[in-house]
Amino acid sequence: MTVELILFLILATVAVISALGMLLSRNAVYSALFLVLNFATVAVFYLLLGAPFIAITQVTVYAGAIMVLFLFVIMLLGADPLPEGKELPKQKWLASFLALVLAVEGIVLISMQKTAGFIPTPVEGAGNPKAIGELLFSGYLLPFEVTSVLLLVAMVGAIVLTGKKKKGGQS
Amino acid sequence: MEGVSVNYYIGLSAILFTIGALGVLVRRNALIIFMSIELMLNAANLAFVAFASVHDLLSGQIFVFFIMTVAAAEVAVGLALIVAIFRSKKSINVDEINVLKG
Repeated sequence: MTVELILFLILATVAVISALGMLLSRNAVYSALFLVLNFATVAVFYLLLGAPFIAITQVTVYAGAIMVLFLFVIMLLGADPLPEGKELPKQKWLASFLALVLAVEGIVLISMQKTAGFIPTPVEGAGNPKAIGELLFSGYLLPFEVTSVLLLVAMVGAIVLTGKKKKGGQS
Repeated sequence: MEGVSVNYYIGLSAILFTIGALGVLVRRNALIIFMSIELMLNAANLAFVAFASVHDLLSGQIFVFFIMTVAAAEVAVGLALIVAIFRSKKSINVDEINVLKG
């Protein structure tokens, strides 16, 4: 057992437990906080994989911006757990069974593969912002520009959907 | 010195994806369904970065960057939709959102 493997196992346990906590919490705020923990663990995985820029982006964009937006909406809509209503019969069991099938399928497929390689120890300067930026603004310039249009559309959409109607509107 | 096999990372990614899919199927709260979708996107990102690291290519990391952008846009629009639905139906239980008419 190398140090990296031990570190991987500890972090993987935290990631899976926090994901399960997100799934099983009754309170939406707890779910959001478990998800933040999960994102932070995945950011550490990115560091182990030699992607420091992506790791920092993960923390700022996911754990920072997106989850704060989630928490705002949870607070806005009321953090009370939903009342237990009528549910579709056997829906939970069927869903759990299907998820189990998906998990077994994935794990069998992965374990049937020959190992595709080992993660190399990250070298100095691998995946740093300079290299990412150079590739982003040369080979991936068009997707980058399309991304800006996508963000603009999302912004306009969010404002239009939540804005108050002037008159004649129902809400 | 050999590091961790990439299969471990892909296995973890598959487990996280399955938990996310289970969350979408089981939970009734629209916000938690959205969080599960984020978890699935994150699992895909982890697989991308693991393969990028094994093959020593930066393109995988660029793709993760784009996926994060799409996720941010998706969350902005999705949460706006949830707020709009809550205004008209006073509930974010997906079982109660079953008519197209607002």
